[in-house]
Amino acid sequence: MAYSNKVIDHYEHPRNVGSLDKNAKNVGTGVVGAPECGDVMKLQIQVNEDTGVIEDAKFKTFGCGSAIASSSLATEWMKGKTVDEALAIKNTDIVQELSLPPVKIHCSVLAEDAIRSAIHDYKEKNGQAEKVEEQAHAH
Amino acid sequence: MAVKLPIYLDNNATTPCDPRVVEAMLPYFTEMFGNAASRNHSFGWEAEDAVNLARKQVADLIGATPKEIVWTSGSTESNNLAIKGVADMYASKGKHIISAIHEHKAVLDPFKRLQRSGYDVTWLEPGEDGLITAAQVAGAIRDDTILVSIMWANNELGTINEIPEIGKVCHEKGVIFHTDATQWVGKMPTDVEADNIDLLSASAHKMYGPKGVGFLYVRRRKPRVRLTALLDGGGHERGMRSGTLNVTGIVGMGKAAEICKQEMSDEAIRLSKLRDRLVDGILGQLDMAVLNGHKTKRLPHTANISFPYVEGESLMMAIKEIAVSSGSACTSASLEPSYVLKALGLGDELAHSSIRFGVGRFTTEEEIDYTVEKVVKSVNHLLDMSPLYDMVKEGIDLSTVEWGHH
Repeated sequence: MAYSNKVIDHYEHPRNVGSLDKNAKNVGTGVVGAPECGDVMKLQIQVNEDTGVIEDAKFKTFGCGSAIASSSLATEWMKGKTVDEALAIKNTDIVQELSLPPVKIHCSVLAEDAIRSAIHDYKEKNGQAEKVEEQAHAH
Repeated sequence: MAVKLPIYLDNNATTPCDPRVVEAMLPYFTEMFGNAASRNHSFGWEAEDAVNLARKQVADLIGATPKEIVWTSGSTESNNLAIKGVADMYASKGKHIISAIHEHKAVLDPFKRLQRSGYDVTWLEPGEDGLITAAQVAGAIRDDTILVSIMWANNELGTINEIPEIGKVCHEKGVIFHTDATQWVGKMPTDVEADNIDLLSASAHKMYGPKGVGFLYVRRRKPRVRLTALLDGGGHERGMRSGTLNVTGIVGMGKAAEICKQEMSDEAIRLSKLRDRLVDGILGQLDMAVLNGHKTKRLPHTANISFPYVEGESLMMAIKEIAVSSGSACTSASLEPSYVLKALGLGDELAHSSIRFGVGRFTTEEEIDYTVEKVVKSVNHLLDMSPLYDMVKEGIDLSTVEWGHH
């Protein structure tokens, strides 16, 4: 399996590995995938409640190099964005940035799911759940 | 000291040719190129002499007589010839045959083909330790059983089945016993008489000889085993395997067998020390790592280790300069876990990756130390990133979690 240099870079030097307090009100957590499918991603965001800006993002991923790189990239991209801006990140953007081959597209899909799941969790905790549902259906 | 990369630790897949083997082979490509079946000139005679010497060298390695050695292209052909040959020859006696679910594909697939054509197969299942016992075989033999085929040592695990005892059971019940000894012969002492074997398969390239040559041992007395040939043709090898002999390869296999016989006891001690250094080094530093299969009944040079909560492909990526075999439980390319590890009851839910390490004649202590350090570092790097390992540390039982599915 030939990996792109960007995948190898994220794999060898993953950005934002770690965990945030999942019980904190301003932290949203998304866990997606399944061990028997070979990928599990946990993605967490910490949101500034006044501005809606994602101040910090962390991930942990069980999966191949592309899955690790996709989640690492997702955390990089989310930081500094507002929650709504982050929802606009698409799996195809990740595919393009990391030059993922067709057999690894599912890794980017999983990363997009993880982003949505973390934001959904944050909004649910803060009484904004309906809004994200609407947006999820919008595309 | 700097270690030369990449490091080869896949000696169960194949071994390099010993330089002494290559030296013995070389004249047979050019000066002594005769056909061993040419009976009327000196070129043929010297080729035949060389083949006969190799036959004796190989027979000596396993305690057989030279006339009991049938040259083949390797263990896959030997297994096919033994299994299909016996099944056809003895079909009038019965159509029940016995093997195990974690045999090599070169045994499984001939059995499955026979099953499709009307033979009744009993598939034995190993315990958690990976072993097939004589008691299991005894319990499966029926009046119409004609063949039992159980490998000597498992290729993925290195575990050793109860071969002399299984052979004894077969002989008591008048059933022909075949063993795929590809991983065993040349590494461990073999005596087809004391070990009660009727048919035995082996390959040169697993014992520092060339690829493309192997043999089938076929017992000639007590009992005399008869086979239906797979190939029709010139009637070489007493009618059991037609085709011009691969003289050069056979010379190489003979020399490889001679070296193995001479050096086996010292080599086994050296390799088991290297293997233990590797296993102790890894297991001593990684709490969650598990050595698969029986802990002591195993080949001196093989270890199969599982790394729970670490995904196989990413681990292989991390240790890419070390050549090993991955019995990965879950890779993105294929969701099929190793059928051998599954046979031991290793569940998918543990989400582990497994690696087979095979040390060999040319492995050094420095290479082992480098490998231990690299594996431990890589696994720790991946564990730091593993959400599964976090959950387990929090006391969550992964098998009770409801996972999303894609």
